[in-house]
Amino acid sequence: MRELALNILDIAENSLSAGAKLVQVRVEADFAADTMRISVRDDGRGMSAEMLARVTDPFTTTRTTRKVGMGIPLFKYSAESAGGSFHIESEEGVGTYVYAEYRIGHVDRMPLGDFGGVALQLVTMNPQTDFCIVARADEAEGVLDTREIKEILGEDIPLSAPEVRAFLKEYIQENLMDIFGGRL
Amino acid sequence: MKSLEELRALRDKMKSQTDNRSVAGKDETVIKVGMATCGIAAGARPVLDALLDEADKRQLHNVSISQTGCIGLCRLEPIVEVFKDGQKYTYILMTPEKARKVIVDHVVNGNVCSEYLIGENS
Repeated sequence: MRELALNILDIAENSLSAGAKLVQVRVEADFAADTMRISVRDDGRGMSAEMLARVTDPFTTTRTTRKVGMGIPLFKYSAESAGGSFHIESEEGVGTYVYAEYRIGHVDRMPLGDFGGVALQLVTMNPQTDFCIVARADEAEGVLDTREIKEILGEDIPLSAPEVRAFLKEYIQENLMDIFGGRL
Repeated sequence: MKSLEELRALRDKMKSQTDNRSVAGKDETVIKVGMATCGIAAGARPVLDALLDEADKRQLHNVSISQTGCIGLCRLEPIVEVFKDGQKYTYILMTPEKARKVIVDHVVNGNVCSEYLIGENS
């Protein structure tokens, strides 16, 4: 993984596999304090305390065809190798909450990368799931909520329609540029 | 800056057009891109973007592009599966450039890009 955005995509894919109806992704930066925080919260099936204790071990996975699962360990590593921290909470039947904190100025912090592209991919490729994606830097905040967008579009126009996709792509990029201004 | 008001206008415009996208019949081509940790780390996202962009540019209405989990051959990611004419074609070690070629040569013109197929490379 070369971008934090790809880690976000990977963790959000776990939420989708867990059958989440709503996935909330937040990227929040506090430039004065030199910290940023990435979080993914879902209402999927969650996991047992036993699984939770082992989940950052790369030799733990829900897959049955092999014994390696790298997604969470890579995300954890991205934070801990950059002066940050990693946290995960989960409850069976309730959902999972994963967040990582970073020192923005740390020399080993990966760039955020194409977060807009990841947000676009999540909302347009997963029609069965709702997303609430928040980007915040100091006082500037942008929210992309698929529930709001679906309400505007009505029932017969999907988010994956090329015209809607093209609109959302620009909408997301413009807002992200306004909020983060390429600083992450 | 764009606002959601513009999305409302876009919706009204789309509603007034007759939609011929929904008439895709049994000649539909299905394309799947592996999007698990292995695929993402190997660069599946730019590949998916290239496929969507090329299909959109060529106004391909009978092509459905979606993502899937780990296909099981992590070292050959990014993997793109094309289901066409009752056959499955597995393209491996894809790049955005190769993905565009698959759309043009295989999906549009029916010539399989055999040099990218798994049987030729593994």
